[in-house]
Amino acid sequence: MTFVTRLAAIALLSAAATPLLAQSVTAGKLVIDQAWSRQTAPTQKVGGGFLSITNKGKTADRLVSATSPVATEVQLHTMSMDGGVMRMRQMKDGIAIPAGKTVELKPGGLHVMFIGLKRPLAVGDSVPVKLRFARQGEVQVRFKVQPVGATGPAEARHGQH
Amino acid sequence: MVSTDRAPTPTIVIVRRLLWAAVALAALVGSIIFFAPKDEPEATRAYADTFGGPFTLTAPDGSAVSNRTLAGKPYAIFFGFTRCPEVCPTTLARMASLRQQLGPDGMKFDIVFVSVDPEHDKPADIGSYISLFKTPIYGLTGSPAQLAQIRKGYGVYVKKVPIEGGDYTIDHTAAIFLMDARGKFVTTIDYHENDRTALEKLKRIVAEASAAPEAGQKP
Ligand SMILES: [Cu+2]
Repeated sequence: MTFVTRLAAIALLSAAATPLLAQSVTAGKLVIDQAWSRQTAPTQKVGGGFLSITNKGKTADRLVSATSPVATEVQLHTMSMDGGVMRMRQMKDGIAIPAGKTVELKPGGLHVMFIGLKRPLAVGDSVPVKLRFARQGEVQVRFKVQPVGATGPAEARHGQH
Repeated sequence: MVSTDRAPTPTIVIVRRLLWAAVALAALVGSIIFFAPKDEPEATRAYADTFGGPFTLTAPDGSAVSNRTLAGKPYAIFFGFTRCPEVCPTTLARMASLRQQLGPDGMKFDIVFVSVDPEHDKPADIGSYISLFKTPIYGLTGSPAQLAQIRKGYGVYVKKVPIEGGDYTIDHTAAIFLMDARGKFVTTIDYHENDRTALEKLKRIVAEASAAPEAGQKP
């Protein structure tokens, strides 16, 4: 994206969704974008979080764990559909971030999972999450909470209403 | 100025003949499609007759909801659990969006969510969960035996899988089953299916129910 189109896009989005727009975080050679999560019901004790991680370096890295004050535990998960059956599994060895590649955690696949939510995630919240990478170490990011119907980071404008 | 009584040029005559041929062909194809049997193959129909079956579950307000409560209106039924972080909210939000896209027809079918996690999903939990989706949804749970019965009827697979920290997740069938006003199986909408075909299927169950209102009578 050129600077001008980026500006235009920002102007367009900020008209309706300023507090929901995910910000980009750079740490060394890693760029983390589009961290977002979905609103949860008061009785829901888990939630999924999504983000995109780009490794601009020449060495592979690995997302090994995450923590957040909003949940007793944050795990790295993957989800798959096999013959119409949804399966979710923990990524016990973490998630590889190959050199020069972007890894997307998004609905239908890899995600971070907030377990034991201490309070519901509300639309507009900005949830602090500390990611730990094998090489880069700790990186602090904020997950923007979107309406439950969102399928991406900046969909607030197309939401339910 | 173009005069209307001028004799058509040979090219125009050929084009006209081709157009008429095309119209005739379209009519022929149309009538074949129209008169061709629209029914499902025999095997699918036999399957539809045994699929689903009777059930009794509990709504968020504590009232009982059974297959008889739902009779008279087609419905889209989906199995999941409130602690499911991804496929369940995605599917319910999608059902709400498809309903909205159907306009007035959107309320001519019911949306039913059945828990596969009786251990955590009490009626009030389901109530709080479905309220997120801002459209009327039957959110149902029940005893392990009641839920086992409906899962068997709908051929729903579930498997509890422990995750670190003493918690668990549940592998489960994620298709949306579309049922007609008599509670007979019609078709499914899959997780990866696009909105266009999903909307066609919903229109179909709504149209069939409107075309045969007697089918919709409660027994
Ligand atoms: Cu998960």
